[in-house]
Amino acid sequence: MKHAFILVIALLAATGPAAAQGKLNVVATTEDLAAIAREIGGDRITVESIARGYQDPHFVEAKPSFILKLQKADVLVVVGRELEIGWLPPLITQSRNSKIQPGADGYVDASLQASILEIPTGQITRAMGDVHPLGNPHYWLDPENGKRIGKEIADKFSALRPNDRATFEQRLADFSSRLDAAEKKWLAQMAPYKGLKVVTYHRSFPNFAERFGLDIIGYVEPRPGIPPTPQHTLDLINEMKRQNVKIVMVEPYFDLKTPNSIGRETGAQVLVMPPSVGGTKDVTDYFKLFDYDINLLIEAIKKSGAK
Amino acid sequence: MRVTRFVCAATTAAMLLGGSSASAQETPQALRQEIDQLRRDFEALKQQYGDRLTALEVKLAAAEGGQVTQPAPGAPPTAAPPAGQPPGQQPPGQQPTAQVPPGAEGAGGPTGALPVYGAAAGGSKVFNPDIAVIGDFLGASGHNTVNPQPSLEMHESEASFQAVVDPYARADFFISFGESGVDLEEGYLTLTSLPGGLLTKVGKMRSAFGKVNTLHNHVLPWTDRPVVINNLVGGEDGISDAGISVARLIPNPWLFLEATGQIFRGDSSDVFKANRRDEVSYVGHVRGYQDITESTNIDLGFSYARGHNDAELGHDDFFGVFTTNLYGVDATLRWRPLQRSIYHSFVGRGEWIVSRRDQLSGLQRANGFYVSGDYQFGRRWFTGVRIDRSGRATDGSLIDTGGAATLTYWPSEFSQVRGEYRRINYALGETANELLFQFQFSIGAHGAHPF
Repeated sequence: MKHAFILVIALLAATGPAAAQGKLNVVATTEDLAAIAREIGGDRITVESIARGYQDPHFVEAKPSFILKLQKADVLVVVGRELEIGWLPPLITQSRNSKIQPGADGYVDASLQASILEIPTGQITRAMGDVHPLGNPHYWLDPENGKRIGKEIADKFSALRPNDRATFEQRLADFSSRLDAAEKKWLAQMAPYKGLKVVTYHRSFPNFAERFGLDIIGYVEPRPGIPPTPQHTLDLINEMKRQNVKIVMVEPYFDLKTPNSIGRETGAQVLVMPPSVGGTKDVTDYFKLFDYDINLLIEAIKKSGAK
Repeated sequence: MRVTRFVCAATTAAMLLGGSSASAQETPQALRQEIDQLRRDFEALKQQYGDRLTALEVKLAAAEGGQVTQPAPGAPPTAAPPAGQPPGQQPPGQQPTAQVPPGAEGAGGPTGALPVYGAAAGGSKVFNPDIAVIGDFLGASGHNTVNPQPSLEMHESEASFQAVVDPYARADFFISFGESGVDLEEGYLTLTSLPGGLLTKVGKMRSAFGKVNTLHNHVLPWTDRPVVINNLVGGEDGISDAGISVARLIPNPWLFLEATGQIFRGDSSDVFKANRRDEVSYVGHVRGYQDITESTNIDLGFSYARGHNDAELGHDDFFGVFTTNLYGVDATLRWRPLQRSIYHSFVGRGEWIVSRRDQLSGLQRANGFYVSGDYQFGRRWFTGVRIDRSGRATDGSLIDTGGAATLTYWPSEFSQVRGEYRRINYALGETANELLFQFQFSIGAHGAHPF
């Protein structure tokens, strides 16, 4: 009887609310957001991400194990712009966690301050493929947006943990200045190749291309979310030959069959280019994402002799 | 003196008259001028406000999207109607246009300008629910005399309306338009933030009995439902009723464990029938889920349902009380390699259901199962098989057996074509060999993918 009583007390204590000023439990939908949250939060938070970096973030399965993560979260950081529309809403509904419901204090839409490209201004239809009505959600691939995401996250952390405000602000300033320095380096690396024409598989790289001066002339997908068709692939090959395009960038979660045959036909280099932290083993943080991608790109440019 | 007075009066009168006639000549002119001036002022003000509105909208767009689209000087953007025009109305004969999103060209997307429909009135729509319509077209050929299906049928058009109600709840409505009428398939409120981790639903809903019973037609891996579901759990309509559902996660260090308790009015197709207010039905479900690896996971469930059935004749105990008790076990094994998740996957499912039904002839025990496997072998291609065997609820010794094989093609995430070969050996000796096919298509909001 006494043991049972102690057990009940222990269970109640275990399920009770965590101490108000403990570590913030942060769940991010992608590893990129988790990486930036880690930069801002340091040891004041714990971070987990739902999607892996080598996984297509549009098609994550709404596994019940994610419900358990969300149930305990103080903060949920989402990419937004309807990237997670196919899997996140049911997870949030079933999380039973009022802190992270959309609009609640713990819900962070990282896109709110970011510069978003490809916002459709007119009527859109699904004839255009799986377009995102709120703009291209792959906006984190621009260090300038990285800083804005960091600010959005730091503001939210500070609001939830006012005592740690100074820490978060200082870490944000540090993150931003390191990012500024790195961006200068990356821009210098990419400067000789300004205006380089490339093809990508999905529209994952518009922000990257804009920042680093690439010119994306076409996509392996005929429309967003629609797998390659023979006719489109032929057209693309002809266009690449006409414009002498020597680089094809493919996200790690797409099949390489079509890109490789395009590469054979055009002599272009096919790059498996991670758009996210965690996309390959070496990319463990937000800085290494750009380091890796830019090095990969420059090596391929040198190899292909493209200009 | 008299003369003087007359002159005086005449002069005064003349002055008065003259004065009044002079002012009569001046007034309309002044008024007109004043009106013109006012009109000019008003026009200027309108222009000013129009310009400010335009500027503000550009700013707003910039703040929201971080992308500034400067309007061409002098030409108001299509989003801002010309000053003085009621919002939502466009000048006749002038079709507003918008630019194709950058990048859409060259990818085979539409080129040039696209028409804008109702953009100016968009603000009033922001709180509308997400609306989608899913069409389910079925065809059948072959031989089936027991349960014949029409050759061609617009089986169901399901309209869904889903939105957040307030900070505490969301609402989901699914209205299905079949060939014989309209039915509220589901319509419920979900309270998302009750204390104690209780996820509560109130409304009409598909009950949590097993796996297939919870699924809408369009997310099934087949064109039909397994025989055991048709025989014991009410088939397509299933155990679906008005009631209250409460689900709680059971904290433990090992696995995801969820217990669901539901209470319903007690009327569910041919499974349950309530004659009195207190003849409610109950459904209980326990679900355990565990990731084995990042690509493989297993999902187990135990279900129980109890309610009164249609063998009960009256609403008193004279004829006796007739209940149906249902027990179910379900298991799902999923495999989906994360890095190639859009190309390959496998789902193995199975359910075993036992029915104990009181009726005039006594207690009827029946049981049945289905086992199925579905493999995705390409980004757009799926194939699967299913094995069926089940007794009938009213006579457990009558056993129907069968099987089915499917091939599914997805042109995109929003449409699907499926063919199914099905063979059923009915208990009374009939054999049905059928080729079924299905077109499914969805328009509107992007719904969540089922898991």
